[in-house]
Amino acid sequence: MDIFLQQIINGLVQGSIYALVALGYTMVYGIMGLINFAHGEVVMIGTLVTITVAGSLIKAGMPVALAGLAGVSASVLVCMALGWGLERIAYRPLRNAPRLTPLITAIGMSIVLQNLAMMIWGRNYLTFPPLLPKMDFEFAGANFTAIQVIIVLVSAATMGGLLLLVYRTKLGMAMRATAQNPAVASLMGVNINRVIAAAFVIGSALGALAGVMVGGYYEIAHYQMGFMLGLKAFTAAVLGGIGNLGGAMLGGILLGIIEALGAGYIGDLTGGFLGSHYQDIFAFIVLIVVLMFKPSGLFGEKTGDRA
Amino acid sequence: MHAKLSVVALSVAAAFALSACGQKEEPKAAAPAAPAGKPEVVVKLGHVAPMTGPQAHLGKDNENGAVLAIEELNAKGLEIGGAKVKFQLLAEDDAADPKQGAIVAQKLVDAKVNGVIGHLNSGTTIPASKLYSDAGIPQISGSATNPKYTQQGFKTAFRVMANDVQQGRALGEFAAKQGVKTVAVVDDRTAYGQGLADEFKKAAEASGLKVVATEYTNDKATDFKAILTKIKSTKAELVFYGGMDAQGGPMAKQMKELGIKAKFLGGDGVCTPEFMKLGGEATEGNFCSLPGQPLEKLAKGPEFREKFTKKFNAEIQLYAPYVYDAVMVMADSMKRADSVDPVKYLPAIGQTKYDGVTALIEFDPQGDLKGGAISIYQYKGGKLEYVETLGGSSVATAKAEVKEAVDSVKDAAKAVAGAATAVGKEAVGDAKEAAKDVVKAGAEAVKNAADATKAAVEKK
Repeated sequence: MDIFLQQIINGLVQGSIYALVALGYTMVYGIMGLINFAHGEVVMIGTLVTITVAGSLIKAGMPVALAGLAGVSASVLVCMALGWGLERIAYRPLRNAPRLTPLITAIGMSIVLQNLAMMIWGRNYLTFPPLLPKMDFEFAGANFTAIQVIIVLVSAATMGGLLLLVYRTKLGMAMRATAQNPAVASLMGVNINRVIAAAFVIGSALGALAGVMVGGYYEIAHYQMGFMLGLKAFTAAVLGGIGNLGGAMLGGILLGIIEALGAGYIGDLTGGFLGSHYQDIFAFIVLIVVLMFKPSGLFGEKTGDRA
Repeated sequence: MHAKLSVVALSVAAAFALSACGQKEEPKAAAPAAPAGKPEVVVKLGHVAPMTGPQAHLGKDNENGAVLAIEELNAKGLEIGGAKVKFQLLAEDDAADPKQGAIVAQKLVDAKVNGVIGHLNSGTTIPASKLYSDAGIPQISGSATNPKYTQQGFKTAFRVMANDVQQGRALGEFAAKQGVKTVAVVDDRTAYGQGLADEFKKAAEASGLKVVATEYTNDKATDFKAILTKIKSTKAELVFYGGMDAQGGPMAKQMKELGIKAKFLGGDGVCTPEFMKLGGEATEGNFCSLPGQPLEKLAKGPEFREKFTKKFNAEIQLYAPYVYDAVMVMADSMKRADSVDPVKYLPAIGQTKYDGVTALIEFDPQGDLKGGAISIYQYKGGKLEYVETLGGSSVATAKAEVKEAVDSVKDAAKAVAGAATAVGKEAVGDAKEAAKDVVKAGAEAVKNAADATKAAVEKK
């Protein structure tokens, strides 16, 4: 039983990270119908900027908490600018192009950002500065650390804030209107360009936060770390119903837990025929089954309320 | 689709980088040719290692080893077959991906290289070796340790370090000596990781250990909590990881976070400074192994380290000395054959007897290093501390000598005991004197034997 609990905790933490990244995918998709494949790279750059800023401030003698705060703010700001720049340079000129064109541009941007990061930060693994005190807890035989608790709490708070933004503010209303029908929204006085740019900026800020947490959790970073993470988060968004905010969160957490349980129990379930390296298969089988019965994902709707 | 495209982009990038390199090299190649007046032959050596992806730091390390060797060879100005030889490195990136490895191998074959150094990973080396063999291009790897590489019957395949059968056996026996009874084995499903883990498992079971869990990950993973949680439930006392440092370091750290008290043990892939950097204090006190002997114990080791750090302003990660030796062995073979033609100098590689940085390099008929030794290291205070060397032919002879010495000590002790009883039986004064002599002789024999033991150990 304690193993089961431990696996749930493992999955919940992993899933919270997926969920935060998935929000970035789903927000952009909800409004523009574009899958921003460069989002994983935004997360990676968020991690690396935090390492550089916080790391050098700590070296310069600044208190760890303050340096950490500065690092996180810097990374959020850099990623917001990056998100805005991506939209402005890579996607806005293609707004009226066929749907495949911006998709290919997105993949291209992902590769460009990866190589840019490789040139700036090098090929080696970087260690994340220890911004949080090491604290271990034990509960009913399951171990967890302070950073894990923080990840789950911050993810939950950020998602809550995002929901408030989308459903309780004027900007949110404009976003929802744009999602429903950009042409009509613009006739009603909504500045479409600003709304779309806002979606990119907010999504990238969430990505930066996710990057900080991934870095803090595993304490390592690498210029290619965003690729797999982005792919998994994209899967989570599809699982939950891409374009739906609540779906992205639940999809992320679900995917994290399925993966952890899959790796933990697949060997026992198949009598050792399939080992733990098939954990990804486990996750994708669930995805395929869900999509077979609900092609728009668990919480996806065919039209309407996407944002 | 995403992955495929990135592969295409990578190869485009690699080709771009290569052409850039070529441009840089050309003026240099042309400059010394004019005043020398002698014919100059350009010898193209291919080098393949992952220059992108999670193992890029090791790939760069390998390439640095090759660059250093080539620069030295060019500075020496070798003459082969009556012509001045200029070595040129064609560095390729296989991203540690077997598919990519075969693609760049074909590229090197098409470029008609004279020889290939690499690849880094067993998983890329094995499929590529078929292409080199078909084209008759000699290949020396400085780091591919999977036994299969040289067991395919290719005449062109060589390696300058011990293989995983030797390493897995040494690690398995070492684990048994650690006082543990149960072990969990994790591997990254690459040819290297899987091969090493399988050999370790065999040796551990043969030494009486029980393998209670076998788990898997991959060479791009960062999260190991799910499999570690499972291992925790088996209460294994030691976790063996067959894989590389980029996964091993975080794995050791996550073991600690999950409250797993088991020891961590790994092969050459995790025996790097990077592993300690990534694993932090969780690595402290654990063990790993490297083929060969520590650089400090080798005659040319410290000198090599100094040259390397001076040139690249970087620490040696792992295989750089082996890659350096691989290039040197190839050049040495060309010199002995007096030809840079692969057909002509290939037989010379088999007869190599080259005193390299890492070992006295000789190949067995398969292309494996003769008498490869395995050294065990401990992670201590952020440094790799040498513990002992296992296996290897020179060590085997040293061991035999130690045994002989111990035997002679035993004989001497018997003599002493005999003398003592003689003293007890005969109370006469003369007998006492005689006995004293016998004791003295015995003591001397013990002393000689001890010296012999010491010498043998030092030799080891």
